[in-house]
Amino acid sequence: MPAIEIPKEKWSGQVKEVTLGATAADGGTRVKTVTIGGETTLPFLHFEGQMPHRPVIAIEIMDRPPADWSPVLLEAWGDAVQNPADWAKAAEAAGAEIIVLHFSLGPDLSADYAQKIVRAVLAATGLPLIVFGPGQADLDNEILVPVAEAAKGENIALGVCEDKNYRTIVAGALAHGQLVVARTAMDVNLAKQLNILISDMGLPLERILMDPTTGALGYGMEYGYSVMERLRLAALQGDGMTQLPMIVTPGEEAWRTKEARAGEGIPAAWGDWVERGINWETLTAGTLVESGADVVVLRHPESVKRIDAMINALMNN
Amino acid sequence: MALSGLQIYKLLPGSSKNPAVKKHANCKACGFPTCLAFAMKLSQKQAELTQCPYVEDEAKAKLEASAAPPIRLITVAANGSKLAVGNETVLFRHEKTFYHQPGLFVRVKASQADAAAVAKAVNDYSVEYVGMDLTLDGIAVEADGGDFAAAVSAVKGASSLPLVLLTEDPALAEAGLKAAEGLTPLLWAATPDNWEAMAKLAARYKAPLAVRVDDGDINRLVDLAEKVKAAGVEDIVLDPGLRDYVTSLAVFTQLRRLALKKNERRVGYPLIAFAGDDLALAGQHIAKYAGFIVLDSFSPGTAYPLLVMRANIFTDPQKPIQVQPGLYEINHPQPGDPLMVTTNFSITYFAVANELESSGLPGWLMVADAEGMSVLTAWAAGKFDAERIAKSVKTLGATEKVNHQSLIIPGHVAVLMGELEEELPGWKIMVGPREAVDLPAFLKMVRQPA
Repeated sequence: MPAIEIPKEKWSGQVKEVTLGATAADGGTRVKTVTIGGETTLPFLHFEGQMPHRPVIAIEIMDRPPADWSPVLLEAWGDAVQNPADWAKAAEAAGAEIIVLHFSLGPDLSADYAQKIVRAVLAATGLPLIVFGPGQADLDNEILVPVAEAAKGENIALGVCEDKNYRTIVAGALAHGQLVVARTAMDVNLAKQLNILISDMGLPLERILMDPTTGALGYGMEYGYSVMERLRLAALQGDGMTQLPMIVTPGEEAWRTKEARAGEGIPAAWGDWVERGINWETLTAGTLVESGADVVVLRHPESVKRIDAMINALMNN
Repeated sequence: MALSGLQIYKLLPGSSKNPAVKKHANCKACGFPTCLAFAMKLSQKQAELTQCPYVEDEAKAKLEASAAPPIRLITVAANGSKLAVGNETVLFRHEKTFYHQPGLFVRVKASQADAAAVAKAVNDYSVEYVGMDLTLDGIAVEADGGDFAAAVSAVKGASSLPLVLLTEDPALAEAGLKAAEGLTPLLWAATPDNWEAMAKLAARYKAPLAVRVDDGDINRLVDLAEKVKAAGVEDIVLDPGLRDYVTSLAVFTQLRRLALKKNERRVGYPLIAFAGDDLALAGQHIAKYAGFIVLDSFSPGTAYPLLVMRANIFTDPQKPIQVQPGLYEINHPQPGDPLMVTTNFSITYFAVANELESSGLPGWLMVADAEGMSVLTAWAAGKFDAERIAKSVKTLGATEKVNHQSLIIPGHVAVLMGELEEELPGWKIMVGPREAVDLPAFLKMVRQPA
C-alpha cells in the first residue's frame, strides 16, 4: 500500500494586514499597537500556510452604565461600569488587547460629550481603540467625526459603516487618519459591495475592518459562521474585496439572548445561569474564531480568559 | 468520491467501444435526450443508473463503487435508541450541508460510585430549542479498575442510550461486550499492540471498533485500520490520538480532505474525539469533523449550549428554517388583545412565541413572510418593510380577528413607524422592545382593555 501524502491547499490570496493604534513613534500615544490579518490559509492550518498574527480579543465598554446588560455582566465589572475610564482600565487588566468604546443613546449625547469620553478613555489605557456609535445613523455621524478629530494620530477605528450610512464616517476617517469598521448583514456580496464603496471614497483597504455580522449561538450563528467561511475562502482564492480582516461582536450578541440574560422562570435543563451565560459567549466567540474572525469583541472577563486560552492553544504550532 | 458528469458519460453506452452497446447511444430509454444529459443528471443524483437498460456490467460496478459514501456510515445502538455518524460529503456546510450530527457521549468510570446516576442524568436530559427536543447521545464507560462488567451493566440499566466501551485490555473489553449484550456499542480501542485480539472481539460481537495511535500519524493510523479490516472488521472509527486544539484541527481536516477530495478509501471512516471538560474544544470538534465526541462530565449549563451549537452547524443551509406566515394565537386571545408582528424566521418566531407563551398573556402574533430572515436581516434586505407589514395585516386575517387598530412592531424596526401609519390609515403603531425577552414586561405596561 502506498503511503498517504498529506494534502495541502495552495492558496493564491492573502488577507491584508491591518494595524490599529499608534505609538509615540507614529504620532500617537498608544503603549502598543495591534496588527491583524495576513493569513495565507484557513484558520490555524499552520501546516499549509501562514497565520502571522493571532486573532485578538477586544473588550466592549459603554460610555455610561448600561441599562440593558445582563446582571451577570454588571456583577462581573462592578463599579467600573460607572466610569468609562475606570472600565477601560479594568478591561485592560482583564486581558483586552483592544478597547471597544460603545456609545449608548442618552439625553446628553453630543459631539462635546463624545470627545470628552474618548479623551478620558485614551488617557486611561494604552491599548488601541475602536469607537462604536449608538447605531442610529444621524447620531453616529454627529459624534463619530468629532471623535475622529479628538483621537487624531491614534489610529482608531470608527464604526459602524453600513450601506445606508457610511459616507460621513469614512470622510471623518479620511480627514483624521483613522480606520473604519464596515458592517453588512450576513451576505458575501453585500460585504464586498460595501468594501468597494468605502475604498472608492479613497480609504485604503488597509484601513478597513469588515464585520460580516454574527448571530448568537442559537439565534442564527450558523449564518454568520458560513458567511465568514465563504468570505475567507474567497479571500484566499484571490478576491481582493474580501481580503480584509474580520471583526465580530459575539459578546453583544450572546449577552442579548434570553439564555444569558434571564435567571428566573427558565427551564431547569438550561442549568446554572452564570455558567450558561459565559458558555454562551465563549462558544459563540470560539466558533467564530475558528471560522476566520481576526477580532472578537467580548463582554465577560471569564469568557476573555477562556477565549484567550483557546487562541493560545490554536497558535501553538 | 462522486464522479463528474463527464466521467460518468465515459461509462455510458454513448461512449462504449462495444458496437452492441454503442448502438444504444442516445436511445432516450432513460428518459433523457442524450447519454450526456443522463450522465449530468446522474452526477447531480437526480437520476438512477437503473433507468439505463444497456449500461455494461463493468461500468455499473465502477459507478456503484463511486456512489458508495466516502466516509462510512457507522451505527451504534441501544434499546430503542441509535446513532449513525459518517456519510458526510462536504468540508464546509455551505457547500451542501452536514448530514449526521456527531454523537455527544459523557464519560463515566467503572470505579465511579455514581456512574449509574450520571448515566441516568445524561439519559434523562432533554432541552427544547426552536420546537425540537435536543438530547445527548450516550455514555462512554471507562475501564479504570473496578468491576468493568458490573459498571457496564449498571449503566445499561440506568440508561437506554448507546455506549462506548473505553478499554485497551482485550479481557476487559470482552467482559464489557458481554455485559452490553443486545446493544451495539463502539469498542475503543485497538492499538498497534492489541489489535489482533480487539479485532477478533469486534468481529465476534459485531461491534464497531475504534483504532488508535498516539501521535496523530495518519499512515500509522491507516496501517492499523487496514489490519483490523483484514481481520474482518468493517465498521471502523479513527482516533488519531490527539487531544489538543491545533493538531487535532489539522489532522481531522487532513483526514476529511483525504476522504472527500482524494477519494482515499483507507481513511473513509468517522473520527472520535475526546474534549475533556473543554466546551470550546468540543465545539471545535462539532464544527470540524468529529463523528463521536466524548466529554468528561455532564452539566446542563454545558450540555445546552453544545446541543444548540450542534443543531446550528448541522442545520441545512439550503433550507432557511421558516415558519408558515399567518396569524398565531397565543394563550387563547380575545379580539381586544394585543396584535404584534414579527418575521417568519423560525428562530425569531420561537423566541417571540416562547416569551409570550410563558408569560401567560394572551395575544395575536402575526408572522409576516420575510423569506425566513430575522427582523434586522429582513429589514436590511427589504423583506420586512412597511409595505410588507401592511400587506400582512390585510391578508393574514388580523382585521377579522381583532377588534382594534393597534399594531406592535419590533423595536429593531422602530424606523418603520411613520411609513406604516401611512400604509395603514387609522392604525396606531406601537414600537415594542428590541428583544423578545423584554416582551412580557412591555405587554404588561401597554395592555389594552379587552
